[in-house]
Amino acid sequence: MSSVVLLKIKHTDLKTNFKQIKEKIIEFILMLSSAATSITVVLIVFFLFIEGAGVFSKKPIDKGFLLAVNDSNSVKKLEPSQIKDIFDQKITNWKELGGKDQAIVLFRTGDITDYYTEEELGPNFEYFPDKINELIAKTPGIIAFFSDKYKSKDFKGRELELDKISVFKFLSDEEWFPTAEPVAQMGVKPLIYGTLLVSFGAIVLALPIGLFAAIYLSEIAKKRTRNFLKPLIELLAGIPSVVYGFFGLVIIVPLIQSVFNLPVGETALAGSVVLAIMALPTIITISEDAMRNTPRAMKEASLALGASHWQTIYKVVIPYSASGITAGAILGIGRAIGETMAVLMVTGNAAVIPHTFLAPVRTIPATIAAELGEAANGGLHYEALFALGCILFVITFGINMLVEMVTNKQSHKKH
Amino acid sequence: MHKIESQNVNFYYGENQALHDISLSMKENTVTALIGPSGCGKSTYLRLLNRMNDLIDDTKMTGNILIDGTDIYGNSTNVDNLRKNVGMVFQKPNPFPKTIFENVAYGLRVNGITDKNEIEERVVTTIEQVALWGEVKDKLKKSAFELSGGQQQRLCIARALAIKPSILLMDEPTSALDPISTSKIEELIYELKNKYTIVIVTHNMQQAGRVSDNTAFFYMGNLIEYDKTKSIFTKPAKKQTEDYITGRFG
Amino acid sequence: MNVENRLANKKRRSQKIAFGIFSFTSYSVVALLFVILAFIVVKGIGAISWEFISEMPKNGMTEGGIFPAIVGTLCLVLASMIFAFPIGVLAAIYLNEYVKAGWPKKIIKQMTNNLAGVPSIVFGLFGMSLFVNKLGFGDSILAGGLTLGLLVLPVIIRTTEEALKSVDDTFRQASLALGASKWETTSKIVFPIAFPNIITGLILSIGRVSGETAPILFTVAAYFLPKLPTSIFDQAMALPYHLYVISTSGTNIEASRSMAYGTALILIIIVLISNLLANGLRKYYGKKVKMN
Repeated sequence: MSSVVLLKIKHTDLKTNFKQIKEKIIEFILMLSSAATSITVVLIVFFLFIEGAGVFSKKPIDKGFLLAVNDSNSVKKLEPSQIKDIFDQKITNWKELGGKDQAIVLFRTGDITDYYTEEELGPNFEYFPDKINELIAKTPGIIAFFSDKYKSKDFKGRELELDKISVFKFLSDEEWFPTAEPVAQMGVKPLIYGTLLVSFGAIVLALPIGLFAAIYLSEIAKKRTRNFLKPLIELLAGIPSVVYGFFGLVIIVPLIQSVFNLPVGETALAGSVVLAIMALPTIITISEDAMRNTPRAMKEASLALGASHWQTIYKVVIPYSASGITAGAILGIGRAIGETMAVLMVTGNAAVIPHTFLAPVRTIPATIAAELGEAANGGLHYEALFALGCILFVITFGINMLVEMVTNKQSHKKH
Repeated sequence: MHKIESQNVNFYYGENQALHDISLSMKENTVTALIGPSGCGKSTYLRLLNRMNDLIDDTKMTGNILIDGTDIYGNSTNVDNLRKNVGMVFQKPNPFPKTIFENVAYGLRVNGITDKNEIEERVVTTIEQVALWGEVKDKLKKSAFELSGGQQQRLCIARALAIKPSILLMDEPTSALDPISTSKIEELIYELKNKYTIVIVTHNMQQAGRVSDNTAFFYMGNLIEYDKTKSIFTKPAKKQTEDYITGRFG
Repeated sequence: MNVENRLANKKRRSQKIAFGIFSFTSYSVVALLFVILAFIVVKGIGAISWEFISEMPKNGMTEGGIFPAIVGTLCLVLASMIFAFPIGVLAAIYLNEYVKAGWPKKIIKQMTNNLAGVPSIVFGLFGMSLFVNKLGFGDSILAGGLTLGLLVLPVIIRTTEEALKSVDDTFRQASLALGASKWETTSKIVFPIAFPNIITGLILSIGRVSGETAPILFTVAAYFLPKLPTSIFDQAMALPYHLYVISTSGTNIEASRSMAYGTALILIIIVLISNLLANGLRKYYGKKVKMN
């Protein structure tokens, strides 16, 4: 009899134990799931920076190629932009680069036939290295770009030194032409400027409109009107960006082209307009929430003093919700900076530093989207695009932090 | 002529009738206390006097309320001017997140006073009027939130008085305050009576007894009894009033 | 009195003007929505036919249909949701039901916020680097689905958290008081009550995933692939990428315009349906809860 009871107790003991273990396991699984976002963020940072950092350990010339000059040439080292100017024949004399007064002679592999006949090069180009060697040795003003498999063992020319790409140069050089021959131009300045210009334009357009709409929805509209309008405005946020891009392409771009009488309508302005439309829902919802958080007592106190409804809005409601409105605006900017497809489709994608809203520009995300498909895995271009991704990530991460700070300030004020 | 005169006022929140046929008149420079259990309509009635209920969607009022003989719900009445004339003090102190000075100056500014000297003079006099000057004269530029609850409430009274209203509505002005602050405000009400017509909503029987000349007892949206405070508290005409005053309900 | 009235009139006037501007801008924003929608509907409705949604693209994508793109998008939605929905819901349960306020919770929330703020093209880069290259999935539905899944994870976590938060605490207490364990309470009481709202989040995420382009550019999307995927390691076409391609870089952009309008319309319809469905559900269950 007593043993039966004992058995029963043991049995329930076992059951509770089992249950407890089960609970623990479940809690562990839940905890793991909740770590997913953090792990993803860490992984994104890791992969982005690993791939992106690669660009800074390399020279901006394709692997296996070299640039050589005559041994007597006093120029030892050139910047990528100088090399590009040389090959674009914008610089034609070594004196412009601090060398002797001597005309520059350009040489690319294909030019060899200008100097030697096919017989001289041999049927399988087996004399190619020797001939290049000879050519470089006898031409004082030459700069030659060729594959290092054609570099002979007793090379008499001198290989030009090229600096590795530095973070500073990457950020400050003014030309983005990563597929340029012979030397890639890796300056992200035009892309950064393009991104900032388009986003700035967008926020200038969207902020007043968004703010006005938010004021109307939170302070003026009747509840029913608000309940009708707000979901519609939120719907704007749901439209895919590629549809906005398409809409911009077929409506806004031609419109801008004809209004401003431009050769092409794909401009920074077109990007700003499309981004403004896309940023509106963010700005409106967040500012509206902030305004609705203004304590009723505060508004009533103002009205009770004979302030008009409008005076109450701009003297009490707006100052009170200022940080919320700021958060909305910053978040809107963040959206604009990171937006890819819509911008890619309407801005014309010219990688030059923009001076006007009516010229084509290229943004960082659009560059990644447009070029990554063509960049060889693990190559210089590929890594450069990942480095762009890093810049984008850092900017948007900073913006997020800023929003966090601003909204924290708001919630402190409330208590 | 009565300062405030309500005639057959009915008020509805959507379908719900909150006030039934209220007729009530108040003389100039008197203090009238509105008492009654929670939800009896006394605050609703108070907020009709400066049209504060306009802010609530889906409400309806019938009947007339006259101030100085003018129908305040008439077409010719400007709501902002009405509210300027009818000051209000709320249940919880609700200073703006501005400096002490700017809180009092706010009403002046929104009502078009721009002269700096005039604003300063009016701010100082009203702060003195509510007996707060000694406590705040050195920190006029500090945030109003640094004041204690009682000080904040007196500041709110000053804020209301700065624009020179002739009527002051007080919606349970001491319910969020400690006894010492409460007695200071009650003293203030007693002094202000000479210059203003005051209507005060209160839960506190003793307070009604101490500060008011007349008392109106509301119950479930009806005005049950309205008389001199003394008579209401000593020999109420209605059973419900007596029950409430003696603490049998509410 | 006269001065007072003048001032009052001035105040009235400036208020009228200001409010006029505000209501005008609000309605303009909504009008803009209708312009975009109407434009795409009017231009796209002509392109939509049974052939359009059931056939392969033909003739340099200027004729035929978009069937493989529709199937591709469905596959991506499915792949991303199978991955992200359970993780998102479990994470939200942990955040709302298990972990107490403190720094771990703060960090997780902060990280979730940060993830939500990462631009979609960065997800594309990440997906390419990790799933396509490092893990060797290649351009595939698996790689694209995982990338999209990570992208919507914060959305699912947030909506689920909101849903769980709206469950009254008394239910939890009642269950715990009866001796139910935490997990029993969560799975048998809290989760079922919150379920309709959780589904709302799922539907919204589906809308989001079907419209994203940047993350799939380099992880799955095929420019032109006139056959259906047969495994998760296949490439696939997708609606948003298809729209991008035929409106910017098709072989004959003008000739494929009507196809582009049609594709845009299909995308819009998916988004509209998911939004309306989510809103409808929310309202329906919102009322139901209130009635109880």
